[in-house]
Amino acid sequence: MQIRISYYAILREQRGLDEETVRTDNSDLRQLFRDLERAWGFSLSEKHVRPAVNDEFCDWSRPLVDGDHVVFIPPVAGG
Amino acid sequence: MSSLLFALSNQRLDDVPPFAIARRVGALVSFAGIVRDNNEGKSVTRLEYSAYQALAEREGTRIVREAIERFDLIAAACCHRVGALELGEVAVRVWAAAAHRGAAFSACEFTIDQIKERVPIWKKETYCDGEQEWVRCHHP
Repeated sequence: MQIRISYYAILREQRGLDEETVRTDNSDLRQLFRDLERAWGFSLSEKHVRPAVNDEFCDWSRPLVDGDHVVFIPPVAGG
Repeated sequence: MSSLLFALSNQRLDDVPPFAIARRVGALVSFAGIVRDNNEGKSVTRLEYSAYQALAEREGTRIVREAIERFDLIAAACCHRVGALELGEVAVRVWAAAAHRGAAFSACEFTIDQIKERVPIWKKETYCDGEQEWVRCHHP
């Protein structure tokens, strides 16, 4: 399947990209994050980020499906 | 933006509420969050906000709706800046209009607390020594 990943804030800088499309056979959101974390040396671990799929927050247990848009949300600091 | 409960803006934030004041309003409380010159002992010279726009708008709108319901408001709104801001600029405004002041004060506080906790907006500070940091993103 193909999924789109968007990056924000510190993860955008560490990945060096705003967005990418990846092909994966892995439907596990947590494993996807761990793979990216290892590949790009993210300074945040999964306990500090919150996943969102298709512009809604979701649980780590949500299985990925083809065409999903994934964002890993770093700790927020608005206000 | 009369129908918008929550908005992101790259322009200076006006202090006029983005809704009409109905006749039954007895109290209008507004809150302004300002870019301060220091954070955690460091001297801040400028900062930049970025947002995950689609989800920030959804979550911000949910928060203002929750405030309206919880405090029985007549109207409410919140607007948050994105982009580069100078010291002293308004970063966020909240308005709450109610029949009485207690509800309006409480609703303003509730709204800004929830915005800071839940809305996907990030702040990158620049310090006087030229260093930069994404606030709250540094974990050992």
